[in-house]
Amino acid sequence: MTAAILRFPLALAMLFYQSIVLAFSQIWANKVRGILTTVGIMIGVAAVSAVIALISGMKQSVLDRFEAMGTNKIFIEPEWPRQARARISWRQIMFDLDDFDNLIEHCPSVAKFTRQHYERGQLAYGSKVEDTNVTIIGVDPEWHDVERRYVSLGRPLTVLDLAQRRPVCLINQTVRDKLEMDRDPVGSYIEVDGNRMLVVGLLEPPPFLIGNMAEQREVIVPFTFSVARDRWPWYTVVATSKGPQLSEDAKSEIQFYLRQVRRVKPGTPDTFEIQTAQQQIAEFTEIASIVTLIATGIVGISLLVGGVGIMNIMLVSVSERTREIGLRKAVGAPPAAILLQFLVEAVVLCLIGGAMGLVLGQGLTTATAAFLPADAGVGRLIVPPSAIMLAFCFSAGVGLIFGMFPAIKAARLDPIEALRHE
Amino acid sequence: MSSLIRLRGITKHYTVGEEQIRALNGVDLDIGRNEYVAIMGSSGSGKSTMMNILGCLDRPTSGTYELDGELVSDMTGTSLSRVRNQRIGFVFQSFELLPRSTAARNVELPLIYSRGGWWSRRERAREALETVGLADRMTHKPNQLSGGQRQRVAIARALVNRPAILLADEPTGNLDSKTSDEILQLFQKLHDDGQTIIMVTHEADVARHAKRIVRMLDGKVLSDLATEKDAVAA
Repeated sequence: MTAAILRFPLALAMLFYQSIVLAFSQIWANKVRGILTTVGIMIGVAAVSAVIALISGMKQSVLDRFEAMGTNKIFIEPEWPRQARARISWRQIMFDLDDFDNLIEHCPSVAKFTRQHYERGQLAYGSKVEDTNVTIIGVDPEWHDVERRYVSLGRPLTVLDLAQRRPVCLINQTVRDKLEMDRDPVGSYIEVDGNRMLVVGLLEPPPFLIGNMAEQREVIVPFTFSVARDRWPWYTVVATSKGPQLSEDAKSEIQFYLRQVRRVKPGTPDTFEIQTAQQQIAEFTEIASIVTLIATGIVGISLLVGGVGIMNIMLVSVSERTREIGLRKAVGAPPAAILLQFLVEAVVLCLIGGAMGLVLGQGLTTATAAFLPADAGVGRLIVPPSAIMLAFCFSAGVGLIFGMFPAIKAARLDPIEALRHE
Repeated sequence: MSSLIRLRGITKHYTVGEEQIRALNGVDLDIGRNEYVAIMGSSGSGKSTMMNILGCLDRPTSGTYELDGELVSDMTGTSLSRVRNQRIGFVFQSFELLPRSTAARNVELPLIYSRGGWWSRRERAREALETVGLADRMTHKPNQLSGGQRQRVAIARALVNRPAILLADEPTGNLDSKTSDEILQLFQKLHDDGQTIIMVTHEADVARHAKRIVRMLDGKVLSDLATEKDAVAA
């Protein structure tokens, strides 16, 4: 009795095993045909795994950067209310210089903030002139902490620099090298847009480089100095909350404060925009998942096409092997065994395609990563295990779905007719 | 002699287009254990249909078929597969060997589909091949064997599950006369060892080797006689 109970599942397992062995030998016997058939599946799986690998790699690198930049950051910009864009001039929209004077007192969740006034301009040192990729930023002394940018030589900007509107500046290594200054440029004077300014510090490179940041010639000057030369200074603000979990509170506080200061009437929309890093991370994550979803959808179509190819070749296989099916039935193969045999063959074919697709996908990923700029920070990209699982499930699913019809057709063949088949 | 096969009032009707074909028209037949029977008839006599029904490849339109005490005429699908697997060994005119498989693998084929056949299949395949005198051709593929050897592999395959009946459909149809004789001698030997054999043929020379000849015409049994040799012996 026990033997009988044990024997049935064992026999089933052996039948399954036999089907797999048979499937491999069948596919091996028609190698070229098999490979051509699986090209659809292969491309589909390669595409999906490469897209997932690239997106998850980029996602990780972007999230790392957010992490490095600070997940508690809040970005505040003047912004036209929707619908009213044409009616309000930009001078009315831009922040006044004293708009943020009482921010810290009114917003308990805000830790620090800095105003940022961007300018383009020309740098000169001796006979050297630099005028491309030059960014001059007027900032408050808190900039160092908010942006986590510190000096490696010299001193940071101070409150006095700001109050006295001193003509001092910090430069990054790119400026130093391009202007061919001494390794320690502190104490030298450079010309910034015609103003003779004392270099008081050399900036450390940022923890993460984004885009062509390494090429940027950065000059940091006191905010007051920078805006004094601009008749209509358009500036933005970056603040930090006292913790990432307080970012939303801080945002509400800032919104309330700014509406008061800027006298926005109740019921009318904001004349500024506040974004938290948290929000940006969420948005970025959402975009990444949407892109993944779209890619998966497109890949789904390619798998569908691949599946039709599988179905076609399985129908050919059933037709070619009609006599063999007849023989197997004559010697006692039940319909279920024939069904299993062809279904397993379709699934194995798809899985082979899927496996080759994964290899191709990894190749694509590596190739694409090689084309990305080195400072994109994505580093070594590998197809993640989730994508491998997904690829195998997809392939097996395609095999099952599209192999079912030919397998049923084989299982239903009449043995007499099948044996008579030419 | 106990009855191994018992056919009563078997009919088989097909519809081809508008026309109804009565391939079998009320056949009664008993075949005992260890009989060696040839079913003869010209084409259209119903002998092929007869063989399909005896082999459980087809079901009669009406009538009953008992095989070894089991009513198989009511069975369908998987049950019939089991009967074919356990009780019947087929030998075909064109051998029907799997071209890419070795002789041993071809012989093992029915064991794949039989419960418990798994564990001893290589051993049983060897035994069956020994019975047909091809123990030294286990690893040869069909294209490395002669026609007679191929048919012997097919016979080994038919015997591997120790079936109640060996059912041969024109077993010498694709063979020359010398090889045919070899195959018929093999059948004789199997019969001497106790195997029940039913052979369908249209050649009188071949049928003469059997101990009993059932002649068919128009879907009915025309005559059912012991062969002379046996008649003399009896």
